[in-house]
Amino acid sequence: MTSGAASEPQRYLEARIRWQPLEIAFWLASLLPFWLTPSYLVLASQIAITALFALSLDLILGYAGIVSLGHAAYFGFGSYTAGLLAKWGWGEPITGLAIAGVAAGLLGFLTSIIIARFRHLALIMITLGFGLLLAEAANSASWLTGGADGLQGVRMWQLLGLFPFDLYGRAAYAYSLCVLLLMFLLSRRLINSPFGLALRGIRERAIRMPAIGAHSPAHIRKIYTIAAVMAGIAGALLAQTTETVSLDTLGFQRSADVLVILILGGTGRLYGGIVGAIVYMVARDQFSGINPQYWYFWIGLLLIAVVMFLPNGILGGLARLIPRRWRSV
Amino acid sequence: MSTPALSTRGLDKSFGSLVVAKDIAFELPRGERYALIGPNGAGKTTLINLMTGMLKPDRGQIFLGPDEITSLPPAQRVRRGLVRTFQINTLFPHLNALEAVTLAVCERLGCAGQWWRKLPSYGEAIEEAYAILLSLQLGSNCYRQTHELAYGQQRLLEIALALATNPKVLLLDEPAAGVPQAESAELFSVIAGLSETITVLFIEHDMNVVFRFARRIIVMVGGRILLQGTPQEIAADKRVREVYLGARQHA
Repeated sequence: MTSGAASEPQRYLEARIRWQPLEIAFWLASLLPFWLTPSYLVLASQIAITALFALSLDLILGYAGIVSLGHAAYFGFGSYTAGLLAKWGWGEPITGLAIAGVAAGLLGFLTSIIIARFRHLALIMITLGFGLLLAEAANSASWLTGGADGLQGVRMWQLLGLFPFDLYGRAAYAYSLCVLLLMFLLSRRLINSPFGLALRGIRERAIRMPAIGAHSPAHIRKIYTIAAVMAGIAGALLAQTTETVSLDTLGFQRSADVLVILILGGTGRLYGGIVGAIVYMVARDQFSGINPQYWYFWIGLLLIAVVMFLPNGILGGLARLIPRRWRSV
Repeated sequence: MSTPALSTRGLDKSFGSLVVAKDIAFELPRGERYALIGPNGAGKTTLINLMTGMLKPDRGQIFLGPDEITSLPPAQRVRRGLVRTFQINTLFPHLNALEAVTLAVCERLGCAGQWWRKLPSYGEAIEEAYAILLSLQLGSNCYRQTHELAYGQQRLLEIALALATNPKVLLLDEPAAGVPQAESAELFSVIAGLSETITVLFIEHDMNVVFRFARRIIVMVGGRILLQGTPQEIAADKRVREVYLGARQHA
């Protein structure tokens, strides 16, 4: 399709999605914990996992405008899939991750058939209801999930047959970071594709879409399934790196937290979920050190402050300080 | 060739006891420029909603060329070439004009679901979108976000989005709504300059514009077609004068 010389509009669109120096610096900086804070690699790994989970929510919320209060359903489903696989004797991490992603994707596709028919408040209720349903099902199926005690006996094999998951989290962080980067590259390509443009169209003015010949429900089913795969992979990472799965991987709290994280960081910006995850997880780590019982007080305060003073999240606020040519999509 | 581009037979629609369309039957010959006029509440926009599938008729049939489309969903009608614009801007505020029109072109070409290739490599779609924007004098503003465009340019973008779907029949719901009169003539000369292969029906209140740009006129009153004819016939008709001037004479 591409003609030899790119036209001016093509060059303009190309320039908009070009890698920015800041982005490359950010990904290089993600390696720093290995040397700067080697005793915090377990936390760093959890941040990467949460960032991936928030990124998957951003794909549906930030780009397609689908509000979900039950996104943990796919995270938890991936978590239990990976956990059970390892418990039943297949502890190979990477294939386990892939299988968990496919399982969560299947679940996502099935729910997307309903999701694609609703918007706004109805969507919040449906996703919330579905999340609660799955959490309660996992709770009652304690023969399978271990119920409130969590899934015990998850034993992972060495990563690539070389690196064991140790207490210091070196392998865990390297693994989580690689998967996050891979999923990020995939998401970046996706949102810069014609499909990404169609999603933004749905977010911006859903009722115009049929008038330009677009079949929005098909787009929504597709992105919802992709987001479910990514959430499932994030959940599987958590199961594999901690070698346990608890019911709260499916819980409402996790769905609410990831929404808070994404809004803190900024929706529809790709990096919003990542920045949100860093701020939220580090804040939780610090605040819970000061005041273990009431740390949500501070998170609440932080959330109110961000929404009041930085309506487009932390990244939205920063973007105003950065020259336009440095800004990414 | 004699098949009309768009035709309806016996379209009825009511909301409860309110009749908004009654026994609507007309035929738009190919390439024709039709105006749909009538007082407020006559059911003009309702008729566009019925034809584009945004409302379902209680009775009657709609044909696009020889094919019945009465039960097709809106997006499918668009894909077959029956396209509308909106009286109130229904645009994508945070897409720029180029992106918005490229999206519409991609939807038509069937590549809008592809996520593994980046948008700039779809040169053909981008070129076509840019050409449409140039033809509507939006070229110099095509990198600005839609919500930053002047109102008149947003009205043009409404039409650009419709053109990107490659319409056979274009239904323009008050294309110049809210545009100052001086600019409205400009907007209509753009419409007049559209390809003769496109059949156009537009709703408009300004009679000067209607008589200047329409070759035939349909007059609606109270959900019914009062009459249709050439501008001369409409101008000479006593009933039309009553509908438009009656209120003033009785006041």
